[in-house]
Amino acid sequence: MSAQDQAASELRHRLVRAGPFLGLALVVLFFAIASGAPDRYLSTNNLRVVLAQTVIVALGAVGMTLVIVGGGIDLAVGSTIALTGVISALAIRDGQAPLTAVLASVAAGGAVGLLNGLAITRLRVVPFIATLGMLGVARGTAKWLASQSTVNPPETWVNQLAVTFPPVPWMVFAPGVWIALALAAAMAFVLRRTVFGRRVFALGSSEPAARACGIDTDRLKLEVYGSAGLLFGLAGVMQMSRLRQGDPTVAAGTELDVIAAVVIGGGSLSGGEGSVLGSMVGALVMAFLRNGSQQMGWPSYVQEILIGVIIVVAVAIDRWRHTQREDAE
Amino acid sequence: MTAVLRITGVAKRFGATVALAGASLEVQPGEVHALLGENGAGKSTLLGIVSGLLRPDAGTLEVEGRPYAPRSPQDARASGIALIHQELSLFQHLTVAENVLMGDEPRRRGLWDRERARQRTREVLAEFGHGDIDPDARLARLPIGARQVVEICRAIATRARVVLMDEPTSSLSRADAERLFALIRRLSAAGVAIVYISHFLEETREVASAYTVLRDGLRVGSGSLAAVGNESLIGLMVGRTVSELFPGRARGAAAEPALEVEGLSAPGLEQASFSLRRGEVLGVFGLMGSGRTEMVRALAGLARPRAGSLRLHGRPRPLTASAGERLADGVGYLSEDRKGEGLALPLSVADNVTLTGFGSCSRLGVLDPARQRAQAAERTRALDVRMRGPGQPVGTLSGGNQQKVVFARILHQQADVLLLDEPTRGIDVASKAQIYEAVARAAAEGKAVLMVSSYLPELIGVCDRVAVMCRGRLGPARAASDWTPESLLEAAIAG
Repeated sequence: MSAQDQAASELRHRLVRAGPFLGLALVVLFFAIASGAPDRYLSTNNLRVVLAQTVIVALGAVGMTLVIVGGGIDLAVGSTIALTGVISALAIRDGQAPLTAVLASVAAGGAVGLLNGLAITRLRVVPFIATLGMLGVARGTAKWLASQSTVNPPETWVNQLAVTFPPVPWMVFAPGVWIALALAAAMAFVLRRTVFGRRVFALGSSEPAARACGIDTDRLKLEVYGSAGLLFGLAGVMQMSRLRQGDPTVAAGTELDVIAAVVIGGGSLSGGEGSVLGSMVGALVMAFLRNGSQQMGWPSYVQEILIGVIIVVAVAIDRWRHTQREDAE
Repeated sequence: MTAVLRITGVAKRFGATVALAGASLEVQPGEVHALLGENGAGKSTLLGIVSGLLRPDAGTLEVEGRPYAPRSPQDARASGIALIHQELSLFQHLTVAENVLMGDEPRRRGLWDRERARQRTREVLAEFGHGDIDPDARLARLPIGARQVVEICRAIATRARVVLMDEPTSSLSRADAERLFALIRRLSAAGVAIVYISHFLEETREVASAYTVLRDGLRVGSGSLAAVGNESLIGLMVGRTVSELFPGRARGAAAEPALEVEGLSAPGLEQASFSLRRGEVLGVFGLMGSGRTEMVRALAGLARPRAGSLRLHGRPRPLTASAGERLADGVGYLSEDRKGEGLALPLSVADNVTLTGFGSCSRLGVLDPARQRAQAAERTRALDVRMRGPGQPVGTLSGGNQQKVVFARILHQQADVLLLDEPTRGIDVASKAQIYEAVARAAAEGKAVLMVSSYLPELIGVCDRVAVMCRGRLGPARAASDWTPESLLEAAIAG
């Protein structure tokens, strides 16, 4: 490869990397202009609405980035959110301290993730199927625990976590937004800088090679699905906080939003690629698109069509990138 | 001197196939040891066992005089044994340093210590004269030769005492191969033993000092390479006498050409020209990766040719065509990958036989199962397929019977040009003989047969003429009687 080719390939790489950011900028710019009131669309208030709406998907996407980089997939996110939301609502209703309830939800999410990991490593079921099974199991368990109805806990600080307007003005955004941001930053650090994170990239890049390097890939997968589950559990808490109740039927299909966020952000479903920052941008692209469409008064089907198109375009770019690489070899 | 690696009487079966029948191997420290043998002699299985990917059914292994029974690649690594794969086993998305040190990372409180990683990688790279490779470069951006350096550096970074290399030059240019040999010499000078598998004898002589020849899963010879000529090595590798498996055939009545190929090239194939007559069986010999499969796939419409021309029964046909168009032109294809590409394993024998010729057993697009079964039964009877009935899933048949089903399909679709890629790979002797008979019968009926094989006796025993593919180029076809197993092998490894 000549120096020129290399520079060109580097430039293309950067452009593709920047793709999600460009996409986000385009979406924001488009609605700022199209709404005819850019100051309102870009106001702190509207930003609060968008960010509060996206906390759940963002937390899910932080965990999903870990899973997808490691070459896996988790389809049970929506059900896990419903299940863990019901668990914290039940705990608060039954007189537990709010913190205990939150921790119980997070732990339950981790347990669901570990079960996924066990099915994948011990029973040798591919992740798609193992988590498809869990999608049903977790949803059913949520309905069972909630006796097929909603669970209404008394008012506590948990309800303040994901509200649009923070309890104290100096926070600017809801506490959940800050929590999601902090965890995203932590996960980005873990993936990039820790031995664990680099091993997850290695696992997703080539599982046989990772095994040949002496990595216990089964254990690593358990850790990946388990820690992603913890984040899905926290997303469940946020869901309960927003609804002010535990609803076992909520968040159906959220897994698709979460996967879409990771994929729009440059994650590859064949593993080894993806970044938390990209996934966050992916989540924001969808959130701004929804919000903008609402402000324009477009019917919800327009949003659905637009988001669908964006997902396919994002994956087409991913595929194009892969063929470029194969040609280079 | 204690052997650094001693293998005694190792056996391994895969189902009914015996891959190793009690093979032995001794490797001294710092020695480059060539492991030789034909395709299927058991070399890769042996390396798989040493590297912990496979478990032997019987036999013992010792490393530096101590018993060694690896249960996983981790065990092998801990015992100082590293395998360098035929297909590079690297992480495309990670950096050079991460590739070299993965699994043995420099860490500081759980963090990947980038500075130390960079330094260690630079040291290892410099030690092998590759200070030019940037430890922070992403692997996907390196040329293939540099990637192999990275893989070898991984073995060195883990302080391997035995490095196993399975056809390491198969994906390398000549210049990169030279660099690899220099690396091997430096490794060996540092006291690391290397077990080296390659089909290319001349190249093997450049680096190796000792050899072991495997045949049919057994060691049939070993010693110092300097003390043995190529002819006796090839003799050891080929070994067998041409058996009585092959049907007698009336040969060579000149007929009109059925398939004429001129200057064909495709990815993996440099150049191939030949003319195949009706009633003729033309053999193509070549080692794995020589371009023989690429040629057949290009002809069958499964790979896109780059250049060349093609005539079927004297009529020019478009060079680029889909598999379906070729099929309609009467070309039948038997894939070397029976399970992946040759058959739909869960479907019935009847479905598999009639798959490419549904027209003859359907009306207005609706299949007639009774006719399907009757036609399949008729075709499979001629080939003596052992099965419960045409409804049996083809995946439950033995390998030999599966291959006969593929053959039955080609006959059912009424192909008159048969492209057979390794038609007898991995099947039992009785089924082999039946396939040979079927080939002879097809030729006697005036069909033209192209048979690719890496099994020398069958090429000489079944074909009228044989041509040799070497490094992407197809040599001239000569009468089968003019070839010997030795001369074929020599032509194939001349590169």
